[in-house]
Amino acid sequence: MSDFLQHVINGLSAGTIYALVALGYTMVYGVLKLINFAHGDVMMMGTYVGYASALQFKQRGGFGMASVLAIFFLSMAACAAVGWLIERFAYRPLREKPKLTALITAIGISFAVSYGFQMDWGFLPGPNPRAFPEVIRRQPWLTLLDGEVTLWNWQVISFAVALGLMAGLQYLVFRTRFGRAMRAVSHDHRTAALLGIHTDRVIAVTFMLGSALAAGAGILFAIKDVKIEPLMGTQQGLKAFVAAVIGGIGNVPGAVVGAVLLGLVEEFVVGYTASSWRDAVAFGFLILVLLLRPEGLFGRVTAEKV
Amino acid sequence: MVPPGLRGVLPVVLACLALAAGQRLFGGQEFFVYVASLVGVNVVLAVSLNVVNGMTGQFSIGHAGFMAVGAYAAGRLSLPLGDVAVSGLPVAASDQLLFAVSLLAGGVAAAACGFVVGLPSLRLKGDYLAIVTLGFGEIVRVIIQNTPALGGALGLSGIPQRGSLFAVWLCAFLAVLVARRIAESSHGRSLTAIREDEVAAEAMGVNTTAYKVRAFVVSAFFAGVAGGLFAHFVPIINPGSFTFVKSMEVVVMVVAGGLGSTTGSILAAVVLTLLPEALRSGFNRFAGEGAGAVVDQVRMPVYGLLLVVLMLARPQGLFGTRELWDRRKGQGARP
Repeated sequence: MSDFLQHVINGLSAGTIYALVALGYTMVYGVLKLINFAHGDVMMMGTYVGYASALQFKQRGGFGMASVLAIFFLSMAACAAVGWLIERFAYRPLREKPKLTALITAIGISFAVSYGFQMDWGFLPGPNPRAFPEVIRRQPWLTLLDGEVTLWNWQVISFAVALGLMAGLQYLVFRTRFGRAMRAVSHDHRTAALLGIHTDRVIAVTFMLGSALAAGAGILFAIKDVKIEPLMGTQQGLKAFVAAVIGGIGNVPGAVVGAVLLGLVEEFVVGYTASSWRDAVAFGFLILVLLLRPEGLFGRVTAEKV
Repeated sequence: MVPPGLRGVLPVVLACLALAAGQRLFGGQEFFVYVASLVGVNVVLAVSLNVVNGMTGQFSIGHAGFMAVGAYAAGRLSLPLGDVAVSGLPVAASDQLLFAVSLLAGGVAAAACGFVVGLPSLRLKGDYLAIVTLGFGEIVRVIIQNTPALGGALGLSGIPQRGSLFAVWLCAFLAVLVARRIAESSHGRSLTAIREDEVAAEAMGVNTTAYKVRAFVVSAFFAGVAGGLFAHFVPIINPGSFTFVKSMEVVVMVVAGGLGSTTGSILAAVVLTLLPEALRSGFNRFAGEGAGAVVDQVRMPVYGLLLVVLMLARPQGLFGTRELWDRRKGQGARP
């Protein structure tokens, strides 16, 4: 029983972080109908920006509330910039070309970034894993069942941060002018352009938002797992992508549900079998979902118009 | 010229003769044989991936997974057969016979996997297929890592070294021949139709799922054979040889050569295998021992950038969909 409860807690906390990354995939897919393969690697870059700034703060003496917020802000801003660059120079020129070209470009960027970061030239970190500084002191927040089940403070914090960011996104998409424009572009970008919506700008801002969310998720991952490495983006990014597909790609609440589900399934498989199976779980789950319900849990079947 | 009855057989016979001569001339030079075998395996991989990614317009990025299945199936089969001889045959001949059997087994195992993966996922659109094939490659790797009978993460060693220049390049030749025959048959026309417009192809009565699955199975078969060949000339196979990186290498070859052009795939496979080797030994010779390691570090990021630049500047790659054996300029394969 206590095992089970602990797994639920761990699964939920992993799932909410996946959700942040999955939201980026789903938003970009919503406006562009493109799977942004490089999204996970943007997350990785954000984590490294967070790492670099955390080292700076550490040298100047410890981490306070303000410095933690600054770390988040810096890496989110850096990733937003990277997201803009990728959209502007790699995806925008290909927008009217066949979808395959954009897909290949996305894979190429992902590959170039994740392996580029494995070189140890200049500011590039090289292939060895680094330990993310302990920006939040790890301590139990709540213990249950005579101390057999622990809810850690960083789990609570990452849960709160993830929920906060998601709530902000929900507000932005459904309650603001920009959100309305975004939904219009997602529905039909040509008509949206005819109605005076600046589609290029909407798409660029969507990219930046998704990338910023990914950076936030990257820092939360780093706080959770401590170890960061250049290939973490591809790994976690693919899992988050699987989560987005499970929920029905393009569907915002679906991405969150899919991510939490994936976090729980992964945690249970690892908890009750062996951790070496961890990387196969997400893909096995994906193939199962695509077999049984290809449109995802919350997706709608749309007839293709010619 | 050639009597019609001989047309199918003649190229194979000629290739066999040429390869036997090559084997006789260069078979003794170890490093040359190793590099040439590597090139041959990559040619098989690129040509077979081109059947799916180029001719059919689907996008598979899990080719290394099929290669791994073939390598492990063939290697595992060959392992206990190392000292077995078929009675009534000279030792060399029986070795080659057993080698051919295990290659075939590797190919069939990979093809079976191709069928299992292809059947459900080829009903899906491009991006989903990409991710499912990637997932398949990862699952294969994780399964091998967790199976003690296959050597786990350490790998499988002691596979009899039966690979030869002749065997590798005969397989490469056959792969090219099959790819060419497919492209020029009505089968290939259907694949091209699917690539150009899937909905229109379906409306014209092409059973898109069946054709896609068949293309997938053929492609997986040759990837499996390539894996089997690989397993028989390297000292050890381990899951690390068949990662996403290997899949990407093959994808880069196909894209750079031109999606849909077998000639392009061959050329790109040859160049992209030889270039890093040449650069590495060049750096080692002229910039001091150890300088060649830079090549390995830079290779992957460069491949990634190459994909991006190709897509932005020349999405049709080197050859587009043209072939060396096309009759007239500007014309596709013969009708």
